[in-house]
Amino acid sequence: MQRIGVFVCHCGTNIAATIDVKAVAETLSKEPGVIVSQDYQYMCSESGQNLVKNAIKEHNLTGVVVCSCSPRMHENTFRKAAASAGLNPYLVEIANIREQCSWIHKDIASATEKAIILGKAAVAKVHLNAPLTAGESPVVKRALVIGGGIAGIQTALDIAEAGFDVDIVEKNPTIGGKMAQIDKTFPTLDCAACILTPKMVEASQNEHITIHSFSEISDVKGFVGNFTVTIKKKARFVDETKCTGCGLCTEKCPMKKVPNEFNMGLDNRSAIYIPFAQAVPKVATIDPNYCMMMKTGKCGICSKVCSAGAIDYKQQDQYIEQKYGAIVVATGFNPINLDKYDEFAYNQCPDVVTSLELERLMNAAGPNGGTLLRPSDKTHPHKIVFVQCVGSRCDDSKGKPYCSKICCMYTAKHAMLIREKYPDTEVYVFYIDVRTPGKNFDEFYRRAVEQYNVHYIKGMVGKVTPRSDGKIDVQASDLLANEQLHIDADMVVLAAAIEPDKTARPLATMLTTQMDTNDFFTEAHPKLRPVESATAGIFLSGACQGPKDIPETVAQASAAAAKAIGLLVKNSITCNPCVAHSNELMCNGCSSCEKVCPYGAITYIDKEFKMPDRTVAIRRVASVNPAVCQGCGACTVACPSGAMDLNGFSNSQIIAEVDAICK
Amino acid sequence: MQVNENKEFQPLIVAFCCNWCSYAGADLAGTNRLNYPDNIKIIRVPCSCRVNPMFILRAFQRGADGVILCGCHPGDCHYTSGNYFTRRRMTLLFSMLDFLGIERNRTRVEWVSAAEGAKFAATMNEFTEAVKKLGPNRRLEDLRCRKQ
Amino acid sequence: MQEAMINKAKQLLSEGVVNRVIGWKRGEFAYDITPAVFENAEEIEKSFVYDDFTAANVSKYLVKESKKDGKILAFLKPCDTYSFNQLIKEHRIIRENVYIVGIPGGPKLDAEKIKAKGITGILGVKNENYTLKIDTIYGEETMPFYEAVLDKCASCKSKKHVIYDELIGEDGDTLDSNRFDMVEKLENMTAQERYDFWRSQLSKCIRCNACRNVCPACTCEKCVFDNPDSGIENKAPSDSFEENMFHIIRAFHVAGRCTDCGECSRVCPQNIPLHLLNRKFIKDINTFYGEFQAGEDITSLAPLNEFKQNDCEANIIHERGVE
Repeated sequence: MQRIGVFVCHCGTNIAATIDVKAVAETLSKEPGVIVSQDYQYMCSESGQNLVKNAIKEHNLTGVVVCSCSPRMHENTFRKAAASAGLNPYLVEIANIREQCSWIHKDIASATEKAIILGKAAVAKVHLNAPLTAGESPVVKRALVIGGGIAGIQTALDIAEAGFDVDIVEKNPTIGGKMAQIDKTFPTLDCAACILTPKMVEASQNEHITIHSFSEISDVKGFVGNFTVTIKKKARFVDETKCTGCGLCTEKCPMKKVPNEFNMGLDNRSAIYIPFAQAVPKVATIDPNYCMMMKTGKCGICSKVCSAGAIDYKQQDQYIEQKYGAIVVATGFNPINLDKYDEFAYNQCPDVVTSLELERLMNAAGPNGGTLLRPSDKTHPHKIVFVQCVGSRCDDSKGKPYCSKICCMYTAKHAMLIREKYPDTEVYVFYIDVRTPGKNFDEFYRRAVEQYNVHYIKGMVGKVTPRSDGKIDVQASDLLANEQLHIDADMVVLAAAIEPDKTARPLATMLTTQMDTNDFFTEAHPKLRPVESATAGIFLSGACQGPKDIPETVAQASAAAAKAIGLLVKNSITCNPCVAHSNELMCNGCSSCEKVCPYGAITYIDKEFKMPDRTVAIRRVASVNPAVCQGCGACTVACPSGAMDLNGFSNSQIIAEVDAICK
Repeated sequence: MQVNENKEFQPLIVAFCCNWCSYAGADLAGTNRLNYPDNIKIIRVPCSCRVNPMFILRAFQRGADGVILCGCHPGDCHYTSGNYFTRRRMTLLFSMLDFLGIERNRTRVEWVSAAEGAKFAATMNEFTEAVKKLGPNRRLEDLRCRKQ
Repeated sequence: MQEAMINKAKQLLSEGVVNRVIGWKRGEFAYDITPAVFENAEEIEKSFVYDDFTAANVSKYLVKESKKDGKILAFLKPCDTYSFNQLIKEHRIIRENVYIVGIPGGPKLDAEKIKAKGITGILGVKNENYTLKIDTIYGEETMPFYEAVLDKCASCKSKKHVIYDELIGEDGDTLDSNRFDMVEKLENMTAQERYDFWRSQLSKCIRCNACRNVCPACTCEKCVFDNPDSGIENKAPSDSFEENMFHIIRAFHVAGRCTDCGECSRVCPQNIPLHLLNRKFIKDINTFYGEFQAGEDITSLAPLNEFKQNDCEANIIHERGVE
């Protein structure tokens, strides 16, 4: 006889506000086999878990149903609690009445009814649950970091420090990411390159780190501890192992009219190029869209001047397959495209720039050698207007609903740097709010206002109009003084919102990880597991998870590394005991299951059977290797006799759920 | 299931969701508070390829008005290839049900990733509407199971 | 033909090539021909039958027979060889234990069609220039031969033996068959018409399991419908849906494995055209995944055990045909 306990969680008001939890507990107490049914405010808390544990001991329970949040959230918590109370952890079932009920429904009556049905289905299933014991699977002692910005570099360095091999896959020809483009960093105003480039070099020299630059992830298979990843090394038409990075080819290349991505298109580079002087790896790359040799077959100068013989116009994309135990995603961010913001005349006027473009304009290695000049006429600007929240905190479809977080601080930095270097320049900043949480951040902003006399004006810029005399007319409102302003600026700088890199979504699909509607990766728990994804073995580092400044990014990168190291130090991880098994008495030996198994977990053996008529027959039957089986269940449907079944999701369990729901 | 006061037909819909993509997508819809009708009752399976045609027919037999099967997008199956088998199996099964004269809009396969909470909610809204239009399932149910 | 087969059987038995023969013998009525195993020449001489009513496919019997000691001789018609091959592919038959003699196939006769003409008390039949002369206890009757042919033979797909050790007579070729005509006709009906058609057919089912027992693809050690662990165990149809469930699941389980031998419909005592369900699957498989004939070879993957990345999506069903 089954002795089942039902535990209904309020989740504070997350569940209890929409679902009458008492009624759920009361109704489920009348289900067959249920001998105890309770509700509690926070079932996942220690006292909530104790409630479950005590009930298991007191009532000698044979099954537990917890009506709470998603099993993806706390199934393990309750399984562990059951185990510590002496109940096999696989005798616990979760009814998801939060994500799939209270959070999506508003009507209390119907939400409660649905919660009861979901609870009944879980009770019906747990009746048929069998105790299971988990096996173990080995962990590949190698990590993959996707993205070679400061987040990826930091994660890789930390993992390497712990003695594990790490591969960095970076889609650009060099690692460094956005931080390499930045001039100075807030709130200390130290130079970004001075702190980043040593780390890039360190990464390239670390014996545990392999950098795959100009590469992408093309396929991910496997599971925690044992991922198989295919990396596409895009053809750069230069042999990485031969190129010495001397740069002679880039000097001699006749095609010099290629917009320079690294300088945000503010100047040009050659068709064969090294993105910047401190690039890692310092290897040239040919841009086949511009290279004369690739386009017309006439030129070949780089090949002639390269003493190392590194140029290879016929190079093909290469695919490398590698096994990893852990994967860290560090795909970072980009400023949004401003095509839809014609009111700021971004596409109409070269002197309206984004903040990242301003970084390059002010950078000593930038297009003007560090002298701030207007892109249009290379004159010194005397009046600069900064516009905040361009596309951030936007409730229309043009922009992003979230705060991009970094813009307030970098704008204060820009304003301060300009005032410091060019005291004759007036600087205006139009803002909605100035947000400066962070160590020494508010002090920094106040210095900009108080010491450097930057004009901070609360209000939005309505229209930016380039004038024929080269000035830019900025129409804005000052909300505090309640007046309309016209400023004849020389330059306008837009603090464009940031968004996740475009490669993130296809990557999330390959990794089977969650993303939010803005394409930021979703962490496993917003408070408690901020650097793990919900998919085991996949960790999140940096701005791919949400907007972040450099200190936060580095902190999260190291945290992700720590989590990955925590996985890699294990020799094996407990595997999923929910694997397929074959009832040999019913197996026909037809091989259907073997054909559909993606893991090759099924083999056939000839086995002796004592038949009912007392004869002995040798029959061919399927045998599942539980260490290899991952529990997808493809075989269970391929099997016509129903001999193949899946632990934890058996035919009868699922049918019991169907029946309970359809009753 | 009759809960609405105004007696509008409320279909019962069983949704089989794979643990890795669609169930996570459903959770995401919840986390983002994206509403979809309470007609939808989700059953979690490890992979869409775990769904046996028997489960679908059983649901109809016991009075479900619609069955939707959600899995990872083709090529993204957590188990590499499970959803490709699902696709063939369900194409043939649905074609057979259609052949037997069962209204074809009562069955559906949708690929919903873990990141597509909004798609999950939209799909469920749309599917519920489609089944509502068809009215109660009379062609597949077992009369003994009909509620008095 | 019967004579040649008897001689061949006796020869192989006496040479010790085989120790048993599977063939057919007559039951109470002339048209009641069922498979039987013979162990010596006397039995064969006495009751071995092969005539126009001998339609039964013996392949399935070989699942058990091939596992016994010694080799067994099996006479296989072209359609039977497909079933046999499919069973080898599924490791259900031990090939080495069977000696196959390929024999020409039908068209075979359907006693029900003769009886439908009001002709009863059948003692024997003779085909003379496609006029069927029927010897009855009430005297001789005639009817056009083709009006008495079994449905499954009328839409024969192949006269070719896909596997044999030796042949009696000449081998034929695959045929352009009209076997999907009825499936197409149904497909072109409205959903309500299709539903009404199948309801009128399937509601006749008495769950005698004859279709399951005769089907060469239904060779499970234990059928899911008999297995309490499957969650859908049931024996008799008690209401409107269970027989639907049984026949849909049965057809699904043999989809991609069914060779379209037509035995299910032949043996159905209620004359339900069950083969149409199988043919629907075959037609869909051919349309969606390319031409496939189960049993044609022993190496190809069953359509449901493989896939292509660019297979059509399931919603193709929602976008085509008649609603």
